[in-house]
Order: sequence, then structure tokens, then C-alpha cells
Amino acid sequence: MTIAALALIVLAAAPWWAGRADLRLSLACLWNLMAGYAGLVSVGQQAFVGFGGYMLFALTIFGGLHPIAAILLAGVLAAALSVPIAALIFRLKGAYFAIGTWVVAEVFRLTFAQISSLGGGSGSSLPVGIVRSLADSRSGREALSYWLALGAAVTVITCVYLFLRSRRGLALTAIRDSEVAASGLGIDIWRTRLEVYVVTSAFTAVIGGLLFLQKLRISPDAAFSVNDWTAFVIFIVVIGGIGTLEGPIIGTILFFLLRETLADFGTIYLMVLGAVAIVVMLKAPKGVWGLVRDRFDLELFPLGYRVRTDKKGD
Amino acid sequence: MIEWVNAIVQGILLGGLYALFAAGLSLIFGVMRLVNIAHGDLIILAAYLGLSTTTILGIHPFVALLIVMPAMAGIGYILQRGLLNHTLGGDILPPLLVTFGLSVIVQNALLEGYTADPQKLNAGAVETASIAVGELSLGVLPLLTFGMAVAVIAGLQWIFYSTALGRGFRAVSNNQDIAQLMGLNKAHVFGLAMALALAVTAIAGILLGVRTSFDPAIGGGRLIFGFEAVIIGGLGNSWGTLAGGVILGVAQTIGAKIDPGWQVLAGHIAFLVVLAVRPNGLFPRVEH
Repeated sequence: MTIAALALIVLAAAPWWAGRADLRLSLACLWNLMAGYAGLVSVGQQAFVGFGGYMLFALTIFGGLHPIAAILLAGVLAAALSVPIAALIFRLKGAYFAIGTWVVAEVFRLTFAQISSLGGGSGSSLPVGIVRSLADSRSGREALSYWLALGAAVTVITCVYLFLRSRRGLALTAIRDSEVAASGLGIDIWRTRLEVYVVTSAFTAVIGGLLFLQKLRISPDAAFSVNDWTAFVIFIVVIGGIGTLEGPIIGTILFFLLRETLADFGTIYLMVLGAVAIVVMLKAPKGVWGLVRDRFDLELFPLGYRVRTDKKGD
Repeated sequence: MIEWVNAIVQGILLGGLYALFAAGLSLIFGVMRLVNIAHGDLIILAAYLGLSTTTILGIHPFVALLIVMPAMAGIGYILQRGLLNHTLGGDILPPLLVTFGLSVIVQNALLEGYTADPQKLNAGAVETASIAVGELSLGVLPLLTFGMAVAVIAGLQWIFYSTALGRGFRAVSNNQDIAQLMGLNKAHVFGLAMALALAVTAIAGILLGVRTSFDPAIGGGRLIFGFEAVIIGGLGNSWGTLAGGVILGVAQTIGAKIDPGWQVLAGHIAFLVVLAVRPNGLFPRVEH
């Protein structure tokens, strides 16, 4: 029933969050899985967003692949690439890990800016032929990208949900609640985190590919923008409720509601969002969803385990 | 050959600036285990404060330090007591996300207030003056920056180990609760530490603004340079941080010598190599 209710909300909200086929919901869910559950607070996820975008361009232009195949392959490549990266930056703890991820994103940005066949620092556009291979008409492409975005969001949420329901998800939740206790119970923290990092990187690259399939143009600064792909995403998750599956969804809905009223202000909008996120972090660290859940004892996704007490008067 | 020697010497001097970026960062980490992601944006804020002071009062940027340093120290104290103290505790998320939010806010506030146009502080003749040493020509400004970095680190060491304030810093760093029991107000001590860190940031910001042009978007990059200097040098080692800055600076100038597009990338690669080979940095602090 809760799933059905969720589906209703998703569909009802679709015109807002998918009307312009926005993929931030997926990015928010993925970042939340890393930061909220695995304790891997990254401010460098734009590395994989941009990587996915650039792989779409490179694999379609030079590899002759169909865009969808290119995007999926980008995910696989990102997963492979994320293993050595993790081996390096997992040596940094906490906040230093965060800045380490940012360094990696900068390395990606500067490297792609050096590749002149992809337009170097000024970037390049997706050739018309490749764009046409998706759908002939503009409206056809827009409909397709809407459904791809929706499909991606549903896939990401379902995967994250199933992952958290699994044995590994249980381990992850244990790590979130107490690293020491989790490790005492025999959970391999490093390995669990690595798995999360690799899976998140792969999905993030796929989302990045879809994002730049919508934009049809890529440049290093746009592809590896910390504001667009990380700051907004972090604020969405924090406001919605970090460490809960519902949080990013609520946050994304709030994000678009706020944008309706503040869109004209551009930089001010980002500042307001940042200020709201700071207040939420200090005053209600579980976010909007945390407040709702505590007040009404709700759970959209049955992830928690509770002791059942059938006695009256409870 | 002389070109390469020149690149290395310029890199060493550039390292002084990076050590200045790093000094404030490692000071607050040392005292309160806080990593301030907004640090880079605060450096840029200091540069813009310098710009406003010099244009309004018509004074030299170095004289403007007399105003910008106390102003940044004041901002630091208020920021710490009003906001950052509330984030400290066992959980790593609040300080990280709050300073990240702060970084975005400062950056966009600067964008609103000063536009995205690159600006520069005009320091007159000192910018182009140089001293000839053999075949090398050393800029006065880079030399001054490097000297300043040495002086700042020595000064911070002196404060840390020879003054009552430093004793307070070390006490709260060792054990906050016991320091509190001994009559230190840790909220106040943290405020003073942040004030001192941002006073150093003011020096870094002004020297940055005199050396190159700046715009509101470059704060993140400065944070990264400071952070890399800290990690290369080894956490908690002040002179190591200077060495880290120098290594980063030399890597960048050598990278730039090979290909101008490689300057920053070469620095990042040097950092990643150190991280791979010596995860605790080249000069980790020896625990006594």
C-alpha cells in the first residue's frame, strides 16, 4: 500500500520534477546512499556526472555506438574507474575524504579540458546525426528523454530500496548507526563502502550521460560543475532528510516548488537553498521527512524493523 | 637548464602562497577538528574586502591589511560562535555540510555583490620589481609572499607553544571537556582560533589578489590547494605544511613548463602520488 501511495505521489509530481525531465532526483538518491548510509560524504560526484556525459559524446562520436548503449557502457566504465579511485581516496577520513573527492573531480575536469578532439576547454556539441538516431522529431526526443529520466529515477529508487532491504543494506544501515558496533559484528566496512562507491559511481555516470543527452552540448565547466551537480543535490537531500529513502524525494519536490517562486533570482536561489539547508542541518538534522515521520509515524518505504507489540494501551 | 631551475625556484616561492592558504585550514583542524570547506571562499572574501578597502580609501593593498585582518578576524569569531560551534560534536555530517553550505553562500554573495568580472589588487611597483641572483631573476612579490608564509607559520608556532592563548588551543585540542573543567570557555577559545585563522586568511587573500586576478568562483580551487599542501606535508605538522605547499608549487610550475594547460593538473597528480605512496604525508607528526 505504501508503495502504491508512493507511485501516486511520483506520478502526481511528475509534471514538476520530470516536466523538464530533471534528473536531480536520481542524483539525490545516489548521493544520499553514499553520504546518508555509507558515511561517504562526497562533494565530488560531479566527477562521474561529467564522466558519463563525456563518455556519451566520445562513444557515440568516435565509437559509433547508439546513445543509449553509450550511456550504459559509460556506467560500466565509471564502475571500473571508481575502483582505483576509491583505493586512493578511501585513505582520507571524513571531511578530508570529501575534499579528496573534489580533487578527483578537478582532475577529471582538467583532463577532459585537455582532450582537443572533444573540444578541449570550450566543449563540443552532439552531431545532428546522432541526435536524430534517437527520434526524428523534437517532440519525440523530448518525450523520450522524459521517459528515460523517469525510468532512471524509478530504477535508481528501486535499486537503492532493494539494496537497503538486502543483507548488505542491513550491514550498511549498521555502519550508519555505529561503525564500531558494525565492525564488531564482523562487517567489512571498507568493502561495503567500496561496493556502495562503485555502484553509485556507475549510476551517477549513467545519469550524467542522460543529462547531457538532454543538453546536447558539453563543456568541462558545465560537465564538472560543483554547484549544479553537487551543491543542489546535497541541499535537496539535507532539506528532505539525509539517511532516509524518502528524504531525497521530498527534497526534490520542495526544490521544484521553491524554484517556481525563486527561479528568477538565480544565484539568490542557490543562497536561499544553502541557508535553508544549514538551518535544517542545525535544527532538524533528519530533515523535513524526519519531522513528518516523527510526527505521524509514517514510513513510505518499509525499511525499518520494529518490535511488534500487540498489547493494548501501547 | 636555467629555465628549469627558474621554474623550480618560482615553484618554491609559489609554495609560500599555498602554505598561507593551508595555515588557517590546519590551525582550525588542529584546535577543533573542523575542516572548513568554506575556507577557500573566505580567502576570496578577504581579497574582495581588500579590493573595497583599497578603492574606497585609496590606500595600498598592504596597508589595507590593517583593516582587512581585523575585519576577517571579527567575521571569524562571529561565524564560529554564531554558527560553527553548533555543528561540533561526534557526528561528521553537520560541520561538513554546514561549511559546504556556507561556501556556496559566500561564493554567490560575492557574485551578487561584485559580479563575475575578474578583479585585481593594484600594488604598484612591487608587483613587477625583481632582484637578479646570478642568472635568475626573483620577483620581489613572490619573495615577500614566501617570507610572509615563513613568518606566519613561525608566528603561529610561537602563539601555539609560548602564549596563554596557545595553551588554551592545545588544551581544548587535547580534551575539550577537561579543558572546560579547568576553566576554559571552549566556545570562546574556538572563536579565537577561527579569528586567528581568518586573520591569516586575510593575508593570504590580499597576497593572492596582488599576485593574480580573482573572481568569486575560484574559492574552491584555493581550498583544494591549501588542503593538498596540508596532506602532502602531513597532518598536524606546520613546517610540513610549508614543505607541502612548496612541493605543490614546484609540481605546478614544472607542469606549466611542460604545457601551460598542465599547471594545475600536475599539482593534483603530485598530491595523488603522495597519497598513494605516503598516505600520512611526507612529514607526519610524530606522536610524543
